[in-house]
Amino acid sequence: MVKKFLMNLFKKLNFNPFSRKSHVKLGLYGPPNGGKSTLANRVCEDWLGESMSSVSHVAHETREIKIKEQVSIKNKKGKELTFSLVDTPGIATKIDYEDFLKRGIKKVEAKKRAKEATKGVIDSIKWLDDMDCVVVVLDSTKDPYSQVNITIIGNLQARKIPVLIAANKIDLKKSNIDVIKAAFPQYPIVGISAKYGKNVEDFYEDLFKLAK
Amino acid sequence: MVTFQFVPYHDIDKLSSVKRINKLLNIVKEDKIVLMEGRLKKEEEADLIEITMEEINSKFKGIELSVVYPDKKKQDVMNKIKGVMTNILLGNRQGMTIIGPANIVKRIEQNPDKIELFTKEINNSNNNNQKQNNSKRSNSKKKKRKK
Repeated sequence: MVKKFLMNLFKKLNFNPFSRKSHVKLGLYGPPNGGKSTLANRVCEDWLGESMSSVSHVAHETREIKIKEQVSIKNKKGKELTFSLVDTPGIATKIDYEDFLKRGIKKVEAKKRAKEATKGVIDSIKWLDDMDCVVVVLDSTKDPYSQVNITIIGNLQARKIPVLIAANKIDLKKSNIDVIKAAFPQYPIVGISAKYGKNVEDFYEDLFKLAK
Repeated sequence: MVTFQFVPYHDIDKLSSVKRINKLLNIVKEDKIVLMEGRLKKEEEADLIEITMEEINSKFKGIELSVVYPDKKKQDVMNKIKGVMTNILLGNRQGMTIIGPANIVKRIEQNPDKIELFTKEINNSNNNNQKQNNSKRSNSKKKKRKK
C-alpha cells in the first residue's frame, strides 16, 4: 500500500526512482582534432549503417553540435543500450583564422570558419549540463596535460557526470596511452583507433559500464 | 619584452565570478601575462574559456591557460590538512594560474613537475622564442632559443 502510494506520488511528480533512465545523452567531448567526429561516425556506421559528421585534418571541422537520436548498441551478452549521441565542437582557448590560412583555406572562408568555431566552443560548454555521460576523446599521440583537457574533465567531475576517456589514434606510432593513464588515473581509459575500428569492442563494453 | 602581472588572491577574492574573469581577461588583453595566486573554480575555468571565445576578434586571438597545483598524492597528511584549513580560512590560494594572450604565448606545456611557457616576441622579425621554465619545486629559470 505504501509502495502504491509512493508510485502514485512519483507519477504525479513525473519522477520514478524505480525505473532506469530511458533516454541517455552521451556526449563526445575533447580538444579539436582528437577524433570525436571520427568516433561518432564509427559508432553510427557500426550500429546504424550511416555516418554522422564530416571529418577533416583541419581543426574545428565540427563547429556545431550534432545529435544522432536512438543509437542502440548491443554487448556480448546481448544487452542493449540506447542513447542519443552528441558530437560536439572541439574545446579550445584560442582560435586564429590565420591558422586556417596556413591549411590552404581562403581568407574569407578562414575568418568565417574561425567565427563559427568560437561559437562552437561556447555551445559545447553550454551543453555540458545536458549530458548524462561523456566520452572524452583525446589524441593519444599528444601531451594530455593541457589545461583544456583538465578543465573539461574537471567540469564533468564537478557536475557529477560519468566520464570515459577514449585514448584515440592508437594505430599511430607516437601513441602513448600510459601518459594519459598517468595524467587521469581516476578515470577509466580505453585505447582505440576510431578511424580503423581497432579495439572498439572494448570501447562499446565500457559504454555499458559508463551508462549504468 | 614580455610583461608579467601578478594578481594576488585578495585582489579577486571578493569579486563575483564574472567580474573576476573580466578582470583577468582585461589584463591579458593589454598583452600581459597574468600570474594569479591560487586557482579559479572548475566552473570559472569553463566560463573563462566561454567569455574568451565571445571576445575573440582580429586583434585578440584568445588565451593560453595553465594551472600549477600541488600534487596531493605527494603531500603528507599534515600538508593535506594544512591545505584544507588554508582553503577554508583564506580561500583557494594554493597553486598558481597562468593566463597569457595567444598572440604572445605560443604554448604552455605542463607535466606534473614543471611548466614550460613558450613566448613569441611580437616585434621581432627573426621570430625569437623565449622559453621560460618554471619549476614548482625550486627556482625558475629562463632560457632563450632561436628558431
